[in-house]
Amino acid sequence: MNYTVNNKGFYGDFGGAFIPEMLHHNINELKENYLGIITSDSFQKEYKSLLKDYVGRPTPLFFAKNLSKKYNCTIYLKREDLNHTGAHKINNTIGQILLAKKMGKTRIIAETGAGQHGVATATVCALMNLKCIVYMGEVDIERQAPNVARMKMLGAEVRPASSGSKTLKDATNEAIRDWIANPVDTYYLIGSVVGPHPYPDMVARFQAIISEEMQQQLLVKTGKKNPDKIIACVGGGSNAAGAFYHYLNTASVQLIAVEADGLGVHTSKSAATTQLGSEGIIHGSKTILMQNKEGQITEPYSISAGLDYPGIGPLHAHLFKSSRAQFIGVTDQEALKAAYLITQKEGIIPALESAHAIAALEKISFKPKECVVVNLSGRGDKDMKTYSTYLK
Amino acid sequence: MNRLDKLFANKNNILNIYTTAGYPKLNDTIEVVTRLAEAGVDMVEIGLPFSDPLADGPTIQNSNSIAIKNGITLDIIFEQIKEIRKTVQIPILLMGYLNQLLNYGVSNFIKKAAEVGVDGLIIPDMPIDYYCSNYKALFIRNNIQMSFLITPQTSIKRIEAIAIESTAFLYVVSSYAITGNNHSINQTQIKYLNKIKKLELKTPQLIGFGIHSKETFTSACSYANGAIIGSAFIKALEDQDTIKNKVNNFIKKLKQ
Repeated sequence: MNYTVNNKGFYGDFGGAFIPEMLHHNINELKENYLGIITSDSFQKEYKSLLKDYVGRPTPLFFAKNLSKKYNCTIYLKREDLNHTGAHKINNTIGQILLAKKMGKTRIIAETGAGQHGVATATVCALMNLKCIVYMGEVDIERQAPNVARMKMLGAEVRPASSGSKTLKDATNEAIRDWIANPVDTYYLIGSVVGPHPYPDMVARFQAIISEEMQQQLLVKTGKKNPDKIIACVGGGSNAAGAFYHYLNTASVQLIAVEADGLGVHTSKSAATTQLGSEGIIHGSKTILMQNKEGQITEPYSISAGLDYPGIGPLHAHLFKSSRAQFIGVTDQEALKAAYLITQKEGIIPALESAHAIAALEKISFKPKECVVVNLSGRGDKDMKTYSTYLK
Repeated sequence: MNRLDKLFANKNNILNIYTTAGYPKLNDTIEVVTRLAEAGVDMVEIGLPFSDPLADGPTIQNSNSIAIKNGITLDIIFEQIKEIRKTVQIPILLMGYLNQLLNYGVSNFIKKAAEVGVDGLIIPDMPIDYYCSNYKALFIRNNIQMSFLITPQTSIKRIEAIAIESTAFLYVVSSYAITGNNHSINQTQIKYLNKIKKLELKTPQLIGFGIHSKETFTSACSYANGAIIGSAFIKALEDQDTIKNKVNNFIKKLKQ
């Protein structure tokens, strides 16, 4: 089985570029140029240098002694929460902003749900002195006020998406419409491994630094570069794509993707795409998505705004269909409980998204001595309001 | 000769009106289309309401959301077209997004569309190469014609390739925009439209996006076989009046 994208932009049955002609020129321009630019020595040098000195990479691989004891195996946490801006999102925005500059673009647009990608985009735009417009659902603007304030302070314009359900899906639609209306000077900086080819492949390549470092760090710490299991949460799936990337073709490494069950898959409030979804097209990509029997895309729900997306990236759809990755669902309550567990056992307050990955530890049986890496994709500052409500 | 080919062979200044199925009320589409035909419109494009209409502006998006709330489904739309076809002879096109067809089953969808008297389809997010390798034969077998879009950024080589596959007509997008802008046709657009005209393509062409008045319609007709009006008509349907009056007033203003 092959897990890399083919020359038509497909991972098995999934992917492609199902876009209106208005986007053809831009997507094609990107498709023709991205690999040449991002694999060049000069690009890699600049990218790696910014990751080191600006983002703070490599992020530590931390042996979580107390969690390991509890689950009777060896658990490492890949500390993406320690990146500048507090999550893995900036690995991708650094890469894409350098690409946008090389392509001569002067205006950057992005979509955001929880605001983490919006903040990471606004940050690199400030760094590179580029105009930045972030589309964000009206509902999300309301519930993620601290990130809205950060984006504004960084000089970005936050435009509310008021169509449809007024969340991430609609913010993405609005960003795509903006790109249609401004095809010449504008670069669309997508935040996850979603959207038309080449975005899923490009974003996965930028996030691949996570598993690249994991290999080196595991070798030093354990003498082997391969763990037995890697666990990561999946909304669109960018942190999971990065954590899995260099292990995709190593069958002995079990890949575990954790989706948000919300209030439970038997309620109407869930974001468990692989359990509730079917094949279709969302945001220009053929994948698995949540839709009703008329093909209308349905609104997902999760306590975590970053997992609140009705699809998954085409790579993940392929990993699911081919059974290369195991998909596990975690409810709001289970995630909250896990957030408190890791905070009190290890002194790390995780993002709600990452708490889903921690919660999956409860649902997996481990052999003693098994080596497990959990990708701790982000820190929990943004979720303090939710956490403190839960404590009451 | 089918309805579309006959129309393009015999007429210029073709007026194609877009209306959203199930809007403003669930069953209004039957009367809207019937009145449009009576008022002398040359063809209609019926929009299949979708939750995520990427190529459409706020007016059409909003009409899509209302129609979905009204309970519109593809099966209801097919029933409505069957009813419309009892009296209406002008060409009928459906405009929708690929996810809707995939979900219904593309083969089922095409057969059903042909059976109720649909002449052609516009699926803005259907890539042309994907169409050719997966669906073209099915469409041809069922006499369903296809329209693809071109924009000011489409290269001449690509325009020519797209024109060949556009068996209904070539949908010429007038500007860098989603549907529903309200400007007059500017110099850049005129240059572009002249460029298309000079290609002397065999495929008939209709200009769409931003056509909203008598002035923009007349001007578009000087560069192509006709034009498509969508958002402006959807706005007219918002008025508080009978459907008959809304349709007649709108068409009268375009034609006087």
